[in-house]
Amino acid sequence: MVQFSNWDILRNLIFAAEWTIVLSLIAFVGGGLVGGCLLVARLWRGGWVNHVFNGYVQLFQGTPLLMQLFLSYFGLRLLGVEVSVWVSASLALTLYTSAFLAEIWRGCVAAIPKGQWEASTSLALSFGEQLRHVILPQALRIAIPPTVGFLVQVIKGTALASVIGFVELTRAGNMIANVTYKPFTVFAFVGLMYFVICYPISLYARYLERKTHVARR
Amino acid sequence: MSLAAETAPVAPIVEIAGLRKSYGTNEVLKGIDLKVAPGEVVAIIGKSGSGKSTLLRCINGLEEFQDGSLTVDGKPLLTDSPGAMRELRQRVGMIFQSFNLFPHLTVGRNVMLAPTLVKKRGKAEAEAQAKALLERVGLADKFDAMPDQLSGGQQQRVAIARALAMEPAVLLCDEITSALDPELVGEVLRVVERLATEGMTLLMVTHEMAFARKVSSRVVFMHLGRVHEIGPPSEIFGNPQTPELKQFLSSIHE
Amino acid sequence: MNAQLDFLAVLSDWPMLLVGVGWTLALTAMAMAIGLVVAVACGWVRNEGPAWLAAPVAAYVEVIRNTPFIVQLFFVFFGLPSLGIRLSPTFASVLAMTLNLGAYGAEIVRAGLLSTPKGQIEAAQSLALTRFQVFTRVVLPPALKRVWPALVSQIVIVMLGSAVCGQIATEELSYAANVIAAESFRTFEAYIVATVIYLLLAISLRRALNWAGPRFIFGR
Repeated sequence: MVQFSNWDILRNLIFAAEWTIVLSLIAFVGGGLVGGCLLVARLWRGGWVNHVFNGYVQLFQGTPLLMQLFLSYFGLRLLGVEVSVWVSASLALTLYTSAFLAEIWRGCVAAIPKGQWEASTSLALSFGEQLRHVILPQALRIAIPPTVGFLVQVIKGTALASVIGFVELTRAGNMIANVTYKPFTVFAFVGLMYFVICYPISLYARYLERKTHVARR
Repeated sequence: MSLAAETAPVAPIVEIAGLRKSYGTNEVLKGIDLKVAPGEVVAIIGKSGSGKSTLLRCINGLEEFQDGSLTVDGKPLLTDSPGAMRELRQRVGMIFQSFNLFPHLTVGRNVMLAPTLVKKRGKAEAEAQAKALLERVGLADKFDAMPDQLSGGQQQRVAIARALAMEPAVLLCDEITSALDPELVGEVLRVVERLATEGMTLLMVTHEMAFARKVSSRVVFMHLGRVHEIGPPSEIFGNPQTPELKQFLSSIHE
Repeated sequence: MNAQLDFLAVLSDWPMLLVGVGWTLALTAMAMAIGLVVAVACGWVRNEGPAWLAAPVAAYVEVIRNTPFIVQLFFVFFGLPSLGIRLSPTFASVLAMTLNLGAYGAEIVRAGLLSTPKGQIEAAQSLALTRFQVFTRVVLPPALKRVWPALVSQIVIVMLGSAVCGQIATEELSYAANVIAAESFRTFEAYIVATVIYLLLAISLRRALNWAGPRFIFGR
């Protein structure tokens, strides 16, 4: 049997953490794009798009991410697409992230006083111009802190990709725990790694929140 | 300034001597001496920032003071002893500018809360007492209402009933009509006036000069953290001695 | 692979699903009962508790909030036995869920406590209530009422998160789906059915708690 020192464990986990970060970024950027499109569609059309939007958000917020990952994994296979676990995990996490970000941003746009829409309409701005020059610049400022805060949720969410076999930090931890028979140390390290990644982001989000809060007062 | 000592014929219920209070380097009370006899109605007037509310809040320990002494019923106020503070607060009731009814409790339960918790009264007894008190402030039919269903004047009258439920020896009123719409001031003042005629000891910070003149037995004019003038209402309002009081009174009448 | 979907094969195993639902709800109920107490206690400590307690409580809250639930669960179930603490899957699940809800709940409760108007506390103090009475009778009930919707959301999140507990063989809903998937070879359908049930559970749990909160948890 190979002897693993604590340093060996940590070094292997650091390599695996790289994939946690890459998967998080894919989900965050992809989710941001999809979520942004959903929100614009909703603001543009309203009506039935509203219902689709709400249903979409409800669906992803009201079901376990783990089930979403399973469905993405087995669903793609059922369609006959033989894809890597990368695609399944990215797809599920992107959709999951998009629903949450779209809902967060919807709240930020809703916080813009109605008079801003009315004033810009009365100035004969088109929908696109209203969004670009009036609404989004204001919404963006209040949207940044919760968006950064949600990044922490995405990073933690990627841990579930380990269940469908994606090798990232948690999966690596499982594998190392199985060969070293040191589950306590390994999972403590795994937790520590997540903490080291997430805590600074949490602190930064809180700092941003305080800053916008003061600025708006 | 030492008039206070002369006008208290019997053992005072509140006795304040050399009271000093500061926030950091800012001294807001600069040595207050005041004696209040049982049954007296003392109105405290003065500009905002003169320290009048702070003085009132010191009397039931909501503010700590740095120097001097304060006794209620002969017992000294010790802010570092929670037990002694609660003992004292059973004797001193307080009514606030912003009513401060507990929003999650019905009107009746607002009144019953302290007697059942602090005085360990039975529920039936506390309920009967609460009903009697609400009757007294003219709100017998509001026993089961929630505070947010009442007007400001009604809320303040409930707050009075709530304070009376502890059977205090002294009632402190901190600008109790300042947050009310003008048409609601009267109903609250009538309740307070009745308490005064029934012999309750009252210390009130107020901006209602006509009311102070009518109800109080003594008026305290505070200025820059000191008791600047003190005397019967006829003297204070009819024959002010100091230029500061004269200026204050004329500024009110404008 | 056969693209024909067959839900009947899955639904015919309904007793198994029902047991899964029962366990999911039972785990959530236990985590909620203890987790809310933890949340209130930690929220109180962080606001006005003694300093020597505030630091460890803050550390607990931050560690839980900045690590994934699945890692917390694995640490409790696989890691703690190294210290001689061997827990059953069910017990480990409840413990991990409770710790999780306690930490998130603490921040929610704390925000509610902080938003208490100062006059409320002063009025209670001037009525000679003890510090404990002021907190439990005057500060806490309206604070809980204010943050109850946020707490309900968090409880729903914990319920959905409990799907992970199937990974340590806790026999909740996702575990039932795993077993049915393996036995019927209808993997996709099994997870579709489980997902729909989770969605219904989330909606009804939210409704039920929003309804029950004002009636049973903090009076009216």
